[in-house]
Formats: sequence, C-alpha cells, structure tokens
Amino acid sequence: MRPPSYWPFVVPALVVVLAIIIFPWVFTIWMSLNEWKVGSPTTFVGFSNYLRLTGDPRFIEAIGHTLVYTVLSVLLPLVFGTFAAVVFHQKFAGRGFLRGIFIMPMMATPVAIALVWTMMFHPQLGVLNYLLSLVGIPAQLWVFHPATVIPSLVLVETWQWTPLVMLIVLGGLAAIPTEPYESAQIDGASLWQVFRFITLPLIMPFLFIAGMIRMIDAVKSFDVIFAITQGGPGSASETINLYLYSVAFVYYDLGYGSAIAVVFFLLIVLLAAVMLYARQRMLWTEIASDA
Amino acid sequence: MTPKQIIGKISLWFAVLVIVSPAILFFLWMLSLSLKFEVDNAAYPPVFIPEHFAWKNYADVLASNRFVTYFFNSLIVTGSATALALMVGVPAGYGIARMAAHKSAIVILIARITPGLSYLIPLFLLFQWLGLLGTLVPQIIIHLVVTVPIVIWIMIGYFETTPLELEEAALIDGAGRWQVFRHVALPIAKPGIAVAFILAVIFSWNNFVFGIVLAGRETRTLPVAVYNMISFDQLSWGPLAAAALIVTLPVLLLTVFAQRQIVAGLTAGAVKGG
Repeated sequence: MRPPSYWPFVVPALVVVLAIIIFPWVFTIWMSLNEWKVGSPTTFVGFSNYLRLTGDPRFIEAIGHTLVYTVLSVLLPLVFGTFAAVVFHQKFAGRGFLRGIFIMPMMATPVAIALVWTMMFHPQLGVLNYLLSLVGIPAQLWVFHPATVIPSLVLVETWQWTPLVMLIVLGGLAAIPTEPYESAQIDGASLWQVFRFITLPLIMPFLFIAGMIRMIDAVKSFDVIFAITQGGPGSASETINLYLYSVAFVYYDLGYGSAIAVVFFLLIVLLAAVMLYARQRMLWTEIASDA
Repeated sequence: MTPKQIIGKISLWFAVLVIVSPAILFFLWMLSLSLKFEVDNAAYPPVFIPEHFAWKNYADVLASNRFVTYFFNSLIVTGSATALALMVGVPAGYGIARMAAHKSAIVILIARITPGLSYLIPLFLLFQWLGLLGTLVPQIIIHLVVTVPIVIWIMIGYFETTPLELEEAALIDGAGRWQVFRHVALPIAKPGIAVAFILAVIFSWNNFVFGIVLAGRETRTLPVAVYNMISFDQLSWGPLAAAALIVTLPVLLLTVFAQRQIVAGLTAGAVKGG
C-alpha cells in the first residue's frame, strides 16, 4: 500500500506562514535596499541604508544599551530561576498552588504590570523608595535617572521572567537519577557541594536552553521598556527595538527601519551562535579534562 | 522529628517565602492601588489597606463606553486569531509530525527569533494598500504571527507522542487520511489542543506592539487602551490600576486554573510570540 501523503494537512498553514512570515521577510529585505518614506516616492539605493547605520550614533548607542540589558536579563533570571527550581523540586504543602502564583508575573499582560511598576518607581510616592527607607537606603530615582534606568528595567524583566527559567530547570531536575544523591549523602557532602558537583553539571543542558530563550526574548524586549520609559530619560534606555519603532513608526522612514530590522535579526542570530559556540567549547574542555 | 529535620523544614519554608513574595506582594499592591482613593494613593508613608475602599475606580472604568468597546475588540482579535490558528495549525502539526518533516520547524524558529516590529513594517504598508486600516482585520491577521507558530509547535510535539497503531489500523480498514485525522488522531489530541489554545489566547491577549501601530481610536485592544490611559491622566493612580487589573485578570485566572497545561506547553516549546 502506498503510504498516504500528509501534504494536504500542511498546505493551509503553509499559505498562512508564507503570507505573514516569509513574505514580510522578503519584502523587508527589498525595502531595506530602497529609500522608502511614507508620502514620498521610493528609489532604489542599494546598501546605502546599511552604510548609514554604521555612522548613526543613536543606533550604535542602542546596540550598547541592548547588550547591557540583555546580559543582565539573562544572568539574573538564570541565577534566581535555578534557586527557585531547586526549592520547588522539594516536596511541601501547597506546592502546586504556589507554583501557579510564582509563574503569574510572566503570564500577566506586560503593559498592565509595567503601569504598576511605573507607579512603584515614582521617586516621591512610589512604594519602592519607601521600602528602601525602611532599611536605611536613600531614595533612588529608578527609571527617572540615566544611570539607574537600565538596572531598574532589568529588575522588572527579572521579576517577570525568572519563572520561565524555573520551569525549564525544574523539568531538568525531574530527570536527574537519585543514585548520585544517595552516595553523596553517605559521603557526607554539604548542600552546596551536592548542588555544585552533582546538580549543576546535570542541569547544564537545561540552563543552556533557558539562557538561549532568555537571550532571544530579552534582546527584543519592547512592551515593558516602551510603557515605562519610551527609551528615556533622553535616550538612556533606548534599545535597538525601541529605536526601530521610532524610525519606522514615528519618523516613517520605512527603508531605513527595514535595514535596522535586518541587522537586528542578524545580531540575534549572531548572539545565538556565540552562545552555541561557548557551550561547545565548554563541552570540549570537559571531555578533555576527563581524559 | 530531629532538630536537624526541623531546621531543614524551617529553612525550606523560608526559601519558599523568599521566592514567592515578589509575585504575591506585587499583585497585592496592584490590588491595593486599584482600591484606594487618590488621597490614600498619594499618602506617604504608603497606605496598604485603606480605611475606605474605592470601588468607584472599577465602576468608573467599566462604565466608560470606550472600555467596553476595547474589551470586545480584544475579544474579537484574540478569538479570531486563535480560532484561525487552530484551524490551520492543528492539521499542520499533524502533517509535519507524521511526515517527520523536522526541517520545517526552522520556519517556526525564525518566527520565534524575529522581533514583532519587523513584521509590522511590510504588513503595515500592505494593509494600507488594501485599505484595511481602521478595521480590526489587520490586527487579526498580524496576531496570527503570534498564534500560528505556538499552535504548530505544540501540536507537532503532541502528535509525535500519540500512538500510530490505531491510525494504521484505520487506514488498513480503508479509512481516508482525513477520516483518520478527524476520528482517530484528533480525539486523542484534545489535551494538546487545550494547551495550544490556552497559550495562543494568552500571548495574543497580552500583545501590545501590533496594536500601537495598527489600532486607530476605535480599534484599540485593551493593552493599547491601558497604555493610552497612562499618558492621558498621569495622576489618578486608582482608576489606572483598576483598569490594568481588569485587563490582566482573565490571564491571571487562566494561569491559576489552567496551570498544568500552561506549564506543559511552556516547558515543551518555550514559545512566546512577538
């Protein structure tokens, strides 16, 4: 019997994907090669939009902001998320319910929570400065000062996305066999030693996946930054994604915006490649040191 | 219990408390802000539980005509984008899983990596040419960018785990592929479809970036409406917090009641749109 073809099942989705994912990409690449502004005729200009990017101080500054924001927004949720996963891996009453509460920040509507964080960051009336005053720390300007705006936004991002890291690592912990723990207990290892030499190496693949997903999301973070600071004060928290928004939908410079979109995508792919390479290197050194 | 076990128990509970308190305190504070009159919201030191609750904040938000319009806009956009995504995505997930066409997942991966704004530039022009701006159609279509990859991704994973024997038996008995899908594969896949449905609804409902570009005054979805309230009346925190809570409440309830499906979906695909 001839095996049935499953193509008819895929065709409708293929049409949709072509229309809303492939077509936009092809068209974006084409637009990036044109001078294309809303309301004026378009002209083919080759790579001049890309050349213009290399001398655009606002774009270069945005790359810097994006990298700082991304590195912090990957590392902090990884640390806290791993800790949370280790705790949620234990058995305690109400664990399921509390896990539900714990993942609420990442499911909640980002704009809605951004609005509440804005109120909490308020220098005079915000609850955060009140909490700091309780432990004797002077009031901060949070998102209203260029030096503290990115760390403050990272605080929100960490609060939001630590749960995702927790869930992924928790999945990893569930797959660990119990034997190494039993022998460690017999040997009298401390909690930290058990974590450092048994748990951590075994959950490394999961940490890597969590880090990769976190990187992809953090680098294109938009809602929270846009709703809280719009890239300000000045342009102190303007990331590539926010600059892209301004160029395309405030200045309506669609050709230049498309060039930014292409470079932005390549940058994300590059970051992912660097992470893969680093992971590969780590594996090789592990194997080498074992031999 | 030995003293050591007691200490262990206490430190475990302390750790649990430390971990969940940022989420609990935040949402309680959100609730507190939404139930206070301006006097209490502007008080220093802050008031946590006010003497008089300002239920008026909620009544005001719900009573405004526009808010009801925006609620239905959100419902129509999320509902249509999710329904369409299930219609094309569930069969596609089935087909890809059965053909073992794993390379096609690269498209999903590209969709996952691409910033939402990149889709907006060409599609914005397209909608303008088609004269669709000012209706909800552009938003429904562009929300498919979020919902379709989620559904396909989760369904591929799910159909890969469902048993083939029944389907093969049905084929040998002379059933067509479509009949096999409709009467054998689909009923087994219901839990997977539930996961895909819930995640698609949540990420479409939460989406903000598509709305700020494509929505006009009459076609705003709730997240865009709430954002516009921030710039509009900066100083009345009570109604603002009430509006924010109403917008995100459906999602928070889903999170608590469908937690198992959400966790399964997120750890399987770890997808997020936009």
